[in-house]
Amino acid sequence: ACKCGRSFTSPRLLPPTRISPRTRSDVDEGLQPDAPPGAMLARRTVGLVSRGGPPLTPRSPPGRSVQRMMAEKVLTVDTMNSCVKKVEYAVRGPIVLRAVQIEKELKEGVQKPFSEVIKANIGDAHAMGQQPITFFRQVLAMCSYPELLDDDRFPEDAKGRARRILQGCGGQSIGAYSASQGIECVRQDVARYVERRDGGVPSDPDNIYLTTGASDGIVTMLKLLVAGEGRSRTGVMISIPQYPLYSAALAELGAVQVNYFLNEERCWSLDVSELRRALADARRHCNPRALCIINPGNPTGQVQSRQCIEDVIRFAAKERLFLMADEVYQDNVYAEGCEFHSFKKVLFEMGPEFSSTVELASFHSTSKCYMGECGFRGGYMEVVNMDPEVKAQLTKLVSVRLCPPVPGQALMDLVVNPPQPGEPSYSTFIRERKATLSSLAERARLTEQILNTVPGIACNPVQGAMYSFPRVTLPARAIREAEERGQAPDMFYCMKLLEETGICLVPGSGFGQRDGTFHFRMTILPPTDKLKILLSKVKDFHQRFIQQYS
Amino acid sequence: MCAVGSPCVCVCVCVCDEQLSRSVCRSTSRSWTCHTRSSLQLSLPLSLPLSLSLSLSHHPSLSPSLSLSLSHHPSLSPSLSLALPLSLPVSLYFSPSLFCSPSLSPSLSGLSLSLSLSLSLTPRLLRPHSPQPSDKSRTNMTENGLLHPERVLTLDTMNPNIKRVEYAVRGPIVQRAMQLEKELQEGVKKPFTEVIKANIGDCHAMGQQPITFFRQVLALCSYPELLNDNKFPEDAKDRARRILQACGGGSIGAYSASQGIELVRQDVSRYIVRRDGGVPSNPDNIYLSTGASDAIATMLKLLVSGEGPTRTGVMISIPQYPLYSAALADLGAIQINYYLDESNNWSLAVGELRRALEAARKHCNPRALCVINPGNPTGQVQSRQCIEDVIRFAAEENLFLMADEVYQDNVYAEGCQFHSFKKVLFEMGPKYSEKVELASFHSTSKCYMGECGFRGGYMEVINLDPAVKAQLTKLVSVRLCPPVPGQALLDLVVNPPQPDEPSYSTFMNERTAVLAALAEKARMTEEILNKVPGIRCNPVQGAMYSFPQIQIPHKAIEEAKEKGQAPDMFYCMTLLDEMGICVVPGSGFGQRDGTYHFRMTILPPTDKLKIFLAKVKEFHQRFTERYS
Repeated sequence: ACKCGRSFTSPRLLPPTRISPRTRSDVDEGLQPDAPPGAMLARRTVGLVSRGGPPLTPRSPPGRSVQRMMAEKVLTVDTMNSCVKKVEYAVRGPIVLRAVQIEKELKEGVQKPFSEVIKANIGDAHAMGQQPITFFRQVLAMCSYPELLDDDRFPEDAKGRARRILQGCGGQSIGAYSASQGIECVRQDVARYVERRDGGVPSDPDNIYLTTGASDGIVTMLKLLVAGEGRSRTGVMISIPQYPLYSAALAELGAVQVNYFLNEERCWSLDVSELRRALADARRHCNPRALCIINPGNPTGQVQSRQCIEDVIRFAAKERLFLMADEVYQDNVYAEGCEFHSFKKVLFEMGPEFSSTVELASFHSTSKCYMGECGFRGGYMEVVNMDPEVKAQLTKLVSVRLCPPVPGQALMDLVVNPPQPGEPSYSTFIRERKATLSSLAERARLTEQILNTVPGIACNPVQGAMYSFPRVTLPARAIREAEERGQAPDMFYCMKLLEETGICLVPGSGFGQRDGTFHFRMTILPPTDKLKILLSKVKDFHQRFIQQYS
Repeated sequence: MCAVGSPCVCVCVCVCDEQLSRSVCRSTSRSWTCHTRSSLQLSLPLSLPLSLSLSLSHHPSLSPSLSLSLSHHPSLSPSLSLALPLSLPVSLYFSPSLFCSPSLSPSLSGLSLSLSLSLSLTPRLLRPHSPQPSDKSRTNMTENGLLHPERVLTLDTMNPNIKRVEYAVRGPIVQRAMQLEKELQEGVKKPFTEVIKANIGDCHAMGQQPITFFRQVLALCSYPELLNDNKFPEDAKDRARRILQACGGGSIGAYSASQGIELVRQDVSRYIVRRDGGVPSNPDNIYLSTGASDAIATMLKLLVSGEGPTRTGVMISIPQYPLYSAALADLGAIQINYYLDESNNWSLAVGELRRALEAARKHCNPRALCVINPGNPTGQVQSRQCIEDVIRFAAEENLFLMADEVYQDNVYAEGCQFHSFKKVLFEMGPKYSEKVELASFHSTSKCYMGECGFRGGYMEVINLDPAVKAQLTKLVSVRLCPPVPGQALLDLVVNPPQPDEPSYSTFMNERTAVLAALAEKARMTEEILNKVPGIRCNPVQGAMYSFPQIQIPHKAIEEAKEKGQAPDMFYCMTLLDEMGICVVPGSGFGQRDGTYHFRMTILPPTDKLKIFLAKVKEFHQRFTERYS
């Protein structure tokens, strides 16, 4: 049975954008790739009318009879999975669809006030020009085409890694299925990596599950946790602002989203008292069972202090919550005085009272950090203190999807077992890694600095991760105009920014924010030159926007 | 009384070396009897940090408690003593900061450790298949008066739908096979020297070689420097350049559009048009996926709604590929079984569809019909007439059609031909082609390529409501994108070397060789199995599996029942233990009551397959004798 996701604190994630009547021709044409996004959205919102209930959208679209006539279809928005309808994922939402369309229009020669679209909506490092790590790609090439093992052009350490990975594969081919939990030698390497990272805290390869990107691991864990009906329905605590994978997965699973707010005034830090407030509120409606933390933060870029992590763990232990630590940005720490502490390490340093009781799943991926290999969909999760019977159920569940993509597993292996001092590829590897990370650190500083010179934009330091989430002050008139259009004010702002400057950002409403505040998320990934242009364009736009609406 | 015997307790003390990269383990083990309290003294030169792990060699349903103290070092302040309620297995970790003030050296040595353990056993039935509510006693007070903290996530409190998921292809028999392989590696004597796995359609693992052209292009995409290398043919380089140009930043490490790289979707569309004799295909209707499984689960997810008698029902064939039953259990949808006709070469009869639908309408809302063609696990290839009948039935009864066509190139029997549902639908004229909603699935994992590990695949949706399609696009965007190397591979599958290109002849040779060998093995499997009295096997017209019916003697059935096993599970387990042959029992796919089958792949190399079949023959005769 499916219960639909509800949230119990105020921010509305992504309100409907534009609603226009559905016409016969809409239905007949189908979705043309070059149809305006308004039409796309209209189709999305059309039919959000519950059976016999009141319309769920502010304006009930006419043309229902037309649809009824057409809808001898088995599968319609009325009859589809209602949980899926509640799913929203702003990072690839309407603003990105519009950006893609504008790119097409530019190609076709349509005149715009800009010559290219700069996409700072998604943490897609390679798309923004970041170069892959040579060593990784050499090994992957040899795994794909093992004849290359005889080629002198590749260094011996790369060949050694490729042979080792291929030996871990059925029939020595990355085209064979792996074990559903992942290739055993990769899981062993991951466990050793976790031990090294955490100063010797032991890690058991049996507790490592390789995944299809971190998203897959997160959704799978949430799926295991969801149970109960009504007041006993599983609630999951997520930060606001959050990465919308969480709200989307909870909506799809019909779990209850429990919001806790990060403290923007204190650099998006997490207060245990806010956790306590959110939990107490939620306990009236649901059964809160899990607490999700993103560290370093997405979209907020904060890096949690060791003390804060300890407090969170103590809270989870006391309130009996399953901890989910999203640590995919663990190498992306830029600010001085900040350091990444894994939840697992802190947990184990707190002694057996905690380390033998608190249930924890932590997530990592190949998509971020210095490698940015999003396309390979590599990742892992480590489960700690998980009930062995539940673990057996987890293993069974992942077996239905057969296995995570093997090239991604191979890449994960290289990330956790990179060239060592003394190996021929070591110096190149370290140089490439350092160059990427120091350039990101530079861009993080630059972003904060420039944005904070704009009156009406206030931006916390980007301590880590890949995003800035500045607050924008919008004039009352702009807010009114947005509301008249049925858009969230920051969506209105970002859409206008896109149309006028070609810059694609994601409105804060897609991540959640305190009522009455407005933000956007931008990645710091464009190359420094382009980033400077982007930031100065944002500055100009913001000043123009303020003038226009005040 | 203790049903689980005397578990053995191992205490491992791991001491990390300076690099913290390796752990030195010291272990001591002893037998424990039930309800005993015993202590174990270890005096080892230890330094911090140190970790302890305990494991019990028996069932995890033991309720031990452990008290532990670290002592006899002047710098330890205070000495630590803990009484812990535990659930096993457990790892304990002690960092220096727990024991000493920060001013002290973190590397202490000369510690000694004493452990006392008390164990109480709560024996429970082993229940690998049908989980029952957990024994609450686990969470009660133990003899030393400590409250066992119940975990947040237990079998009782987890998602109940997940507990109902079963996936036999990687179920208990495969776990046992992996265990046997480990034992063989460790030198344990067995009546066989290797485990032959015919449980899963994993071509490369069975020695099939990848298509050279595909792997050349993938290597070029992975490491574009190779584009300057003259060892690669020009057509491979062109394909690689073309794919890279379609990727963000010219890298397969960038996310693609959630629906898949546009260029690949265009190529898929063109492939379908060619395959279906000119029936048009729109790239906007193509969704690339993470293997076909991902797309099938996604389509089912869209279809599920309602409660009680309005809950979505989905018709699946019996025998079925257990992805379907697993996905339906996961989604809490109603599984509606229609039976294939074994006596008629596993064909599909519309009369049976009608019977199943009418029976189901009493308790749910049947909305979709899934067809696997060529059949898995049954290997039949549907006739064009049969497909027409199914389409007519779906149109009359208002069912959403899902056509699983991942074996479309795997057709071996003479007179058989693959017809796509889409082609037949469009040839039936606008009355059907404008109405019937269809999703068809394909993947890079089967056919002549067998590239399972890349998780490439696509689905094409026909007549899908545009508003639903927008929802689908939104839904797949949450998972960002299918793996890009898999998308690249799919592009090569749908756009292979052409007659005027340098790689064409090698490609064709390789492709033909794989398919011809499969056809040969399909024939051989049928032939040899049908010679065994008590085994009856339909021709393997297509796909990669044989699903023979086996006669199991009454005495064996009784013994299986006593063990709480399905009779064919008992048969397959015995086959595995005695011969080292891993096949999947028919009960994992579904079968008519009172009949028993197993599924085996035809993928082992011809020599091995012959040995394999001879072993099955020998075993079946022995098994039948033993139990009659």
